[in-house]
Amino acid sequence: MLNVIESGGAFNFSDENQEKIKTILAKYPDGRQRSAVMPLLYLAQAQNGGWVSSEAVEKIAEILSLPRIQVIEVATFYTMFNLKPIGRYHVQLCGTTPCWLRGSDEVMRACKDMGLEKGKSTDDMLFHLTEVECLGACCNAPMVQINDDFYEDLDYDRMTAILKALKRGEVPPPGPQNGRQASAPEGGPLVLRDMVPAAADKE
Amino acid sequence: MLKDQDRIFTNLYGFQPWDIDGAISRGDWDGTKEIMAKGQDWIIGEMKESGLRGRGGAGFPTGLKWSFMPKESKDGRPSYLVINADESEPGTCKDREIMRHDPHKLIEGALLAGYAMRARAAYIYIRGEYVLEAERLEQAVAQAYEKGFLGSNACGSGYAYDVYVHRGAGAYICGEETALIESLEGKKGQPRLKPPFPANVGVFGCPTTVNNVESIAVAPTILRRGASWFSGFGRPNNTGTKIFCISGHVNTPCNVEEEMSIPMRELIEKHAGGVRGGWDNLLAVIPGGSSVPLLPKSICDTVLMDFDSLKEVQSGLGTAAVIVMDKSTDIVKAIARLSYFYKHESCGQCTPCREGTGWMWRVMERLVLGKAEKEEIDMLLDVSKQVEGHTICALGDAAAWPIQGLMRHFRDEVERRIDVYHGRQVTEAAE
Repeated sequence: MLNVIESGGAFNFSDENQEKIKTILAKYPDGRQRSAVMPLLYLAQAQNGGWVSSEAVEKIAEILSLPRIQVIEVATFYTMFNLKPIGRYHVQLCGTTPCWLRGSDEVMRACKDMGLEKGKSTDDMLFHLTEVECLGACCNAPMVQINDDFYEDLDYDRMTAILKALKRGEVPPPGPQNGRQASAPEGGPLVLRDMVPAAADKE
Repeated sequence: MLKDQDRIFTNLYGFQPWDIDGAISRGDWDGTKEIMAKGQDWIIGEMKESGLRGRGGAGFPTGLKWSFMPKESKDGRPSYLVINADESEPGTCKDREIMRHDPHKLIEGALLAGYAMRARAAYIYIRGEYVLEAERLEQAVAQAYEKGFLGSNACGSGYAYDVYVHRGAGAYICGEETALIESLEGKKGQPRLKPPFPANVGVFGCPTTVNNVESIAVAPTILRRGASWFSGFGRPNNTGTKIFCISGHVNTPCNVEEEMSIPMRELIEKHAGGVRGGWDNLLAVIPGGSSVPLLPKSICDTVLMDFDSLKEVQSGLGTAAVIVMDKSTDIVKAIARLSYFYKHESCGQCTPCREGTGWMWRVMERLVLGKAEKEEIDMLLDVSKQVEGHTICALGDAAAWPIQGLMRHFRDEVERRIDVYHGRQVTEAAE
């Protein structure tokens, strides 16, 4: 019955996460603990090395006093819950039109050349590549999300450099990879120049 | 160009500290208690007067929306404000900047809006992928509690108010207000039938108003500087300032706050370094996020960036996400990619959308290659009309419009490809 969600052995929330669960439950009105399904799935996923096992689903259903199916349907509806083990670095590459216009195909090529395959984890379980839909950083396209971080303003070489760094065990600084500040125009903002600290002003 | 002193989002690019002290130094949380003391009716009146229309895409007047909320609870149900931070419309990346660089504008707005509609709390529903933005919001909310700006006696007003952050988990559909409410209740994000409308039965069965991040974040500044200040920008019915997200084939893509009704060409040339290769190299622009129909260069030459002007040319302001495409663009593929997006994001609840988005995408993929018959163009348009307006929510419409826009302005190009594929003689297609 739980065949879409893989088994991962006995699961229980850590003491630290048990405390977090109390804080989460306090956000919702009495009797509305079902709202905590997604926050608890996130907690389970983080504790479980990046994926949610069928045992974690059972545990969440038990904690929230919900039928198991109500947790399963949420875990399977939303794309951010991984239902089987995946590589340590989850590379989510945006391929929607704004990123595609700015060269997401080249970023994909860089991933392929580094041995990543769409929808799969690498044999060494270091990477998992997913092509995703718009991640909401379109003024910094093309971009990928690696675990929690956005890497923006990419091209073939920059993406390759990031993957190589991760392979070496380094985590490159996230954000725009062309040196610009957030979503200000490259070369410095044309407005609100008073807000730019002297040290950051490159012009 | 909008003057810096008239900008609401003075830390849009994040050069200054985002935290509560930084926010206070930029004028946030100033006289919040006094604004509340003017009363709910005054706040709602001022918001109506400002002409602010919802910044999430539909453009519904914000003050009017707030006024739909019950003035007293006859049955003991509390009211809620829900803030839609599920920014996922392709091309759109403005709310992210507000949340990571100016979160206190949103939180102060959440208090003032919630107070005006007599809500007991606000839930900010932020898309799951914005992990760092969600963490920052949580920190900013904690700072506001520490200062006594939120909680049992918010800003010393005697009003009890809480703000909670709730993360989504990767579903575009949750940007639709009733799907968002379902998701907030811990269910699959599938839109609800209306009525009942959220103002009667929303989250947890209670009266609820759902507003976009930007709509809420501009409220404190409007209330401080006055409705007439805000309505002094733009044109009647299209007032205020607005964050525009300029992406695609421009020299320097960026977010920028500008006056409503700025000419599209001026927006692109002044702020985004112009179209790659010059204005004459422009092919088309999607002016308001992926859901709105594209516009060819001939219209872009003169169109203004506001609700009415873009509606007149059969498109829309949407989220004001301007996606620019130069002449190197495979325009059919650009739209086919959007068709794939809607197929991927359909929640599967309504048959016309669940089946129609996949069907339309598959035809679009063939049209990219020209591997089709010309009659299929009309068939595709016909199907798009059968999806549009026949679903619970607007995702079906959003899937139909880009295709309709493509055929309205680039049918020649689609037909040319069909001719080329079938090896027919082709005369040079008009642009």
